[in-house]
Amino acid sequence: MSTTAFAALVRRDLYLYITDRRAVIMSLAAPILIASFFGYIFGGVANDAPSARVPVAVIDNDQSDISHRLVAGLTADRALEIRPGTLAQARDAVRGGKTTVAVAIPPGFGPQAAQSLLGGGHPPELQLLYDPSHGAEMAMVRGILTQHVMESVGAGLFGGSGGGSGGGSGGGFAMPFTTREEPVTARKGVEYNAMGHSFAGMTVQFILFMGIDAGMFMIYQRRSGIWKRLRAAPISRFVMIGSRAASSALIAVFIMFVVFGFARIVFHVRVEGSLAGFVAIAVAFGLMTAAFGLLIAVSGKTPEATRGLAILATLLLVMLGGAWVPAFIFPQWLQKASFAIPTRWAVDALDGVTWRGLGFAWALGPVAALLGFTVLFGALALWLFRWDEA
Amino acid sequence: MLEAKELRKTYRDLVAVDAISFRARPGETVGLLGPNGAGKTTTVSMIAGLLKPDRGEVLIEGRPVRGDTDPIKRRMGLVPQELGLHDELSAQDNLALFGALYGMRGAARRRAMDAALDLAGLADRARDRVRTFSGGMKRRLNLAAALLHDPQILLLDEPTVGVDPQSRNAIFSTLEEFRRQGKTLVYTTHYMEEAERLCDRIIIIDHGKVMANDSLEAVRALVPNVSLIEFEIENPGEGEWYAPLRLVDGVDSVELQGTLLRVGLRNLAETAPSVLEWLRQNGRRYSHLASQRADLETVFLTLTGRSVRNS
Repeated sequence: MSTTAFAALVRRDLYLYITDRRAVIMSLAAPILIASFFGYIFGGVANDAPSARVPVAVIDNDQSDISHRLVAGLTADRALEIRPGTLAQARDAVRGGKTTVAVAIPPGFGPQAAQSLLGGGHPPELQLLYDPSHGAEMAMVRGILTQHVMESVGAGLFGGSGGGSGGGSGGGFAMPFTTREEPVTARKGVEYNAMGHSFAGMTVQFILFMGIDAGMFMIYQRRSGIWKRLRAAPISRFVMIGSRAASSALIAVFIMFVVFGFARIVFHVRVEGSLAGFVAIAVAFGLMTAAFGLLIAVSGKTPEATRGLAILATLLLVMLGGAWVPAFIFPQWLQKASFAIPTRWAVDALDGVTWRGLGFAWALGPVAALLGFTVLFGALALWLFRWDEA
Repeated sequence: MLEAKELRKTYRDLVAVDAISFRARPGETVGLLGPNGAGKTTTVSMIAGLLKPDRGEVLIEGRPVRGDTDPIKRRMGLVPQELGLHDELSAQDNLALFGALYGMRGAARRRAMDAALDLAGLADRARDRVRTFSGGMKRRLNLAAALLHDPQILLLDEPTVGVDPQSRNAIFSTLEEFRRQGKTLVYTTHYMEEAERLCDRIIIIDHGKVMANDSLEAVRALVPNVSLIEFEIENPGEGEWYAPLRLVDGVDSVELQGTLLRVGLRNLAETAPSVLEWLRQNGRRYSHLASQRADLETVFLTLTGRSVRNS
């Protein structure tokens, strides 16, 4: 083996790597950012940022001392964010993904629970409506609820604030309530299909990757001389840019339909809500992707220089948009901040019109948001666009 | 007719094109001649509307181009220096696309495409993807794409870069036929022999400025007595050892390219002995020498002090 040649080739490769600054940044920044992100949202480092409280609706139809204590206990719990309202409102909120669990306390709950705790009577039934995509949170709420029911009923029987757990030495205590749990999906009888969220996230991600390719193609056009032909022809700038945006949007819609078509046939992921809403979301996200592609096209002069940055930006959009892990896992501030990212709207919108079964009127909100991002990205791209071609 | 008036373009401190003016009449081929970076492509880009000049204007049939969609742009065809083709599309799909940019469709476009493919000698490869073509075939298709809409004025930016002699001749034949049809050609190149074969008028550009602008004969006449003598030096050595040769009476220019020493002389018969003697005295051996009369290369060398291909 020629060590001189070997060393020279290695030296060349290292030199080429180091001199491509964007590639260096990409190869370092991407793993750092992604690892930091996941470490952060899964609580890898102790921090003072408040973790997200689970939004829980409580409907007190009992209005007894015990039910008041229970509501007060739940309200005081740092893990929960208690929201009042009616059962119908709570059901809509759970279905819309705004509330994770709704707890309905039935009339007569207090006296019946007290009797049941002492081993007599029939235990009352708490109705729990929950978002089936939040299984872990539902389990947590179930445990917290049991704790607060025991405390409330115990305090009602024995006085004091926490006597429930200390007064059971004589045996004979029984669970003072039961639950009737109902996952809120599109409608009764429709089971939750976790594939829905998975397909929403991955479709959004790979449509954005298509958007990168669309942007790269415009840079390639410049490099190859095709752009010169376009500029020399008697066509408007709208035709030049608009045609590219239209084709990107059409491809995005095509991808959306094919992927969800596959999901429907193989995994029974259905558009349980508005089909028109699904189409509107697909078109709006397609347009947003087209504008994103234009923005990529103006962000660099060569495909090599632009691709790494574009992939990094896309990964960030996808991560923060909840396409990889659901956004409810994020810390509270990040959940709010993620609404400034188009992918969050797209993923939520697709969840909404598929397994959540939400209607066209609901879909108009995310559609408007996605179109807003389209205008923002498009305007920025046109502002930065370099028309002159030497 | 095409008229460029006082075109100027700068990039920050660099003056790429400095007040270039010329006219190109029907049936005339105008050659923009100069080394890389002289400003030829920038000039063509301004004429084609790709680049807005800082100053000056371009007139087509006596009027300026008004906006991107001005129909008068149909009178021009551009052959870019880069291959402006989609590799993944077939030849006919590329032509169909570029025809559509000029509003061509239906049977008229079909006929124009067939004619362009015939002209490029690619009729039998019409359905093949461009990526399967040789460099010469791509160049011919690059030219055909610009001819598709039957422009009156053809702008060609170094259209023969990297092509084989056969394809080059095919391109030349096409352009000569185009000129016979009374059309206008503006042809940029740094190949002197191309300019001498094709062009009626030569504009020599260097550092963005016009050094000469006249008919081929008139440009040649700028250096009527100049001859060129070339030596194949056996021991060229390092550094500019040849520079003092310029001080020899009757020597206009001296340049070394590798082992080839090129000396411009005002009078071959009178000065050649002095040059041979100077080489002998300075210990330079040569294996071969040749002389030639003034050509465009000589003119360029005389006007700019450097070779067009070595700039």
